[in-house]
Amino acid sequence: MLRMTGIGKSFLGIRVLRGIDLSATAGEVHAVVGENGAGKSTLMKILAGVHQPDEGTVEIGGQIRSFAHPVEAQRAGVAIIYQEFNLLPERSVADNVFLGREPTRRGLVDRAAMDEATSRLLDELDEHSFGPRHLVKDLSVAQQQVVEIVKALSVDARIVVMDEPTAALAEHEVDLLYRLIRRLQGRGIAVLYISHRLREVFDLADRVTVLKDGAHVATVAATDVTTAGLVKMMVGRELDAYFPPRAEESAIGEVLLTVRNGGNGKLDGIDLDLRAGEIVGVAGLQGSGRSSLVKAVFGAEPFTRGEMTPTRPGSVRAGVAAGIGLVTEDRKAEGLALNQSVRDNALLVARAIGHRSRAAVSDLLERVKLAPPRQETEVKYLSGGNQQKVVLAKWLTVSPRVLLFDEPTRGVDVGAKAAIHDLMRELADSGTAILMISSELPELIGMSDRIIVLRDGRVAGHLPAGSAEESVMALAAADGVAA
Amino acid sequence: MIALVANPTRAVYAALIATLAIGWALVAFDGGTFTLNDLVGIQQRSAALGIVAVGQTLAILAGSLDLSVAYLISLVSLVAAETMAGQSSNILTAVVVALGVSALVGLVNGVVITKLKVHAFIATLGVALVIRGVLDHLYDGPAGRVPVDFQQLGYARIGPIPVAAILWAAVAAGVWFLLRRTRFGHRVYAVGGDVEVARLSGVRTDRVVIAAHVLCSLCAGVAGLLLASRLGAGAPTVGTDGGYDLESIAAVVLGGTALAGGRGGVAGTVGGVLLLAVLDSVFNQLEVNSFFKDVVRGVVIVVAVAVYARRTGRRAS
Ligand SMILES: Nc1ncnc2c1ncn2[C@@H]1O[C@H](COP(=O)(O)OP(=O)(O)OP(=O)(O)O)[C@@H](O)[C@H]1O
Ligand SMILES: [Mg+2]
Repeated sequence: MLRMTGIGKSFLGIRVLRGIDLSATAGEVHAVVGENGAGKSTLMKILAGVHQPDEGTVEIGGQIRSFAHPVEAQRAGVAIIYQEFNLLPERSVADNVFLGREPTRRGLVDRAAMDEATSRLLDELDEHSFGPRHLVKDLSVAQQQVVEIVKALSVDARIVVMDEPTAALAEHEVDLLYRLIRRLQGRGIAVLYISHRLREVFDLADRVTVLKDGAHVATVAATDVTTAGLVKMMVGRELDAYFPPRAEESAIGEVLLTVRNGGNGKLDGIDLDLRAGEIVGVAGLQGSGRSSLVKAVFGAEPFTRGEMTPTRPGSVRAGVAAGIGLVTEDRKAEGLALNQSVRDNALLVARAIGHRSRAAVSDLLERVKLAPPRQETEVKYLSGGNQQKVVLAKWLTVSPRVLLFDEPTRGVDVGAKAAIHDLMRELADSGTAILMISSELPELIGMSDRIIVLRDGRVAGHLPAGSAEESVMALAAADGVAA
Repeated sequence: MIALVANPTRAVYAALIATLAIGWALVAFDGGTFTLNDLVGIQQRSAALGIVAVGQTLAILAGSLDLSVAYLISLVSLVAAETMAGQSSNILTAVVVALGVSALVGLVNGVVITKLKVHAFIATLGVALVIRGVLDHLYDGPAGRVPVDFQQLGYARIGPIPVAAILWAAVAAGVWFLLRRTRFGHRVYAVGGDVEVARLSGVRTDRVVIAAHVLCSLCAGVAGLLLASRLGAGAPTVGTDGGYDLESIAAVVLGGTALAGGRGGVAGTVGGVLLLAVLDSVFNQLEVNSFFKDVVRGVVIVVAVAVYARRTGRRAS
């Protein structure tokens, strides 16, 4: 079905792919794994006609193809869900799904047909929370992901590429995606699946291809390899699967931040204490107010009711000045100045508040393990995971007293993930108070000294370190409705 | 009220009706009357700006903009009037040539923007300067002559309605239809909304931008023909005197179309043009000082855009 041979690609004289071979047969799920910046997305973009390879060939259905424009790849039956969202917020779901391929009747766009086909696909996915005429900007991140999937499905594709499709999904939505992929498989479609979550790789894939630094390391059957083996191929060394040790009771210090009865449009009756040296996890379903909580504490969408000490930030600037930092969930829109260099981004906060003691940028980049640590590269050219590391570096420059993390390791590779976990613990040990949201329960439970569970904008309960996944989920989903 | 403001198109029509009512009251208080004739006069005067603004809407929705329309209007008026040379038999040829020139200018704008990757502001400003150079070199006053038959376009009425207004309505309806019902229209919104998203979805974005510019220039060309028919001749300053470049952009934005592209539409633009025209006539009736007039227009535009920004800002958060 698909055979890519000897693919090579350079950007501005820097080689990011060399001699990559990748094949997929009908009905196969083929996972592609590797560290941040290994070249996974670039390889997929070559298949999708976004980039043109410098060398090598792409063969689909036994025919050598070269795509000058994404539309040509689309016509050859390649559909792709990109790592970063590719939707038009101001347009409707149906408009987005059929963008570039609007069905026509007597030369005019056939809206009825678009709506109908979109509804049918949404039904197929068991998605009833929105319809074809909703505007994309009114949808949640997870719903937008569903739209991306519908868009890929609506092309009559023979090859479907998914570049980290689960990064923005909640646990139960991941199950949905699994079923979907099985269905695609059943129809004889080849699925190329990129993810940093190795559990998914083993759940889904028939074969796995490992890339490292733009080179092909191995292609193996999923049954012939263990998680540890895969990690070793990706990272080049063994990696222990454990989280850094939790804080000792005695190491937890004074209260750095309190909220009493905090509320705003999305939150109500929030009580919160953050102490020096501890990592507090925030659990909850999509829409439970997790992101609203960190934004309120930070001052981006401030509390309008209740008390907060030491300050009540009414603005982002006030929050930063009070020593609060936020690593946002949406790095592209809220975390980075995409057209500026890594260096400028790392210094963004320090410059904004006129912070004097700027740590050397190169040290920071080393701390967050950015590789390759090219300071002059514009951030928009970085791989998704590397962008996340730059966001982290940005806050490290000003050593905030309270650091809020919204999905700190979304899209980050296994090696870097461990590094970020270590870094978070290191920060806590040196007296920072950390509040962390994570949809990945193992991470949330593994990292947190205690867990706050939110439901419908209120605190539904508190759980101690090392609670079971089930108890977190039960608390998060009201009256025990499984999520 | 909130529901009204939530949608810029509705907001601009609400403002239009309010202005008409207040204007009517003020004029009545002043001892004058605001008659049907005045309304028709508004139509008459706003037709040229309206047609240009409809074209400008296309360019802006596609994430671009066109600063060359004013000089193009002048050029077209001259080309048409000179080709007609007072002969009715030349009308058809003149119209074809004039629109051909317009399309060519639009093509140049579009190609410079997409293929040479020059920002629309600079690209169309450059083209505007080139046209100005040509005009300054070749003309120093009105030239050519438009036959009486063609002057009908500017002055005739069908019943109470001026032909010019019908022409404007037709252009607006055509573009509205194009935007709402054709693939091209959908893609204009997509390209203006996010070029990269459009490209990755398989839209040939360059073609869309070029086509939007060709259509924008064609609209300017039609306006140029209309003005030539009014003047009875071509004039090298007719476009710039009317301030059609910035005025058309102002009308589009007043109508709720986002200057960054991807959001808005023709209905809003028509409202924006009418609002500006009504303000003008009210001020004329009241014989208000023209500086004050400009101040009010400026304030209206800025306030309108600030209101829209507030609404959309709040919805996004
Ligand atoms: N348009 C571009 N211009 C310059 N460099 C680029 C461009 N696109 C990608 N790169 C570089 O190519 C390398 C591979 O990036 P790619 O996005 O393919 O990585 P990835 O394997 O998908 O990583 P991640 O897991 O973080 O998504 C990176 O070093 C990146 O900076
Ligand atoms: Mg990637």
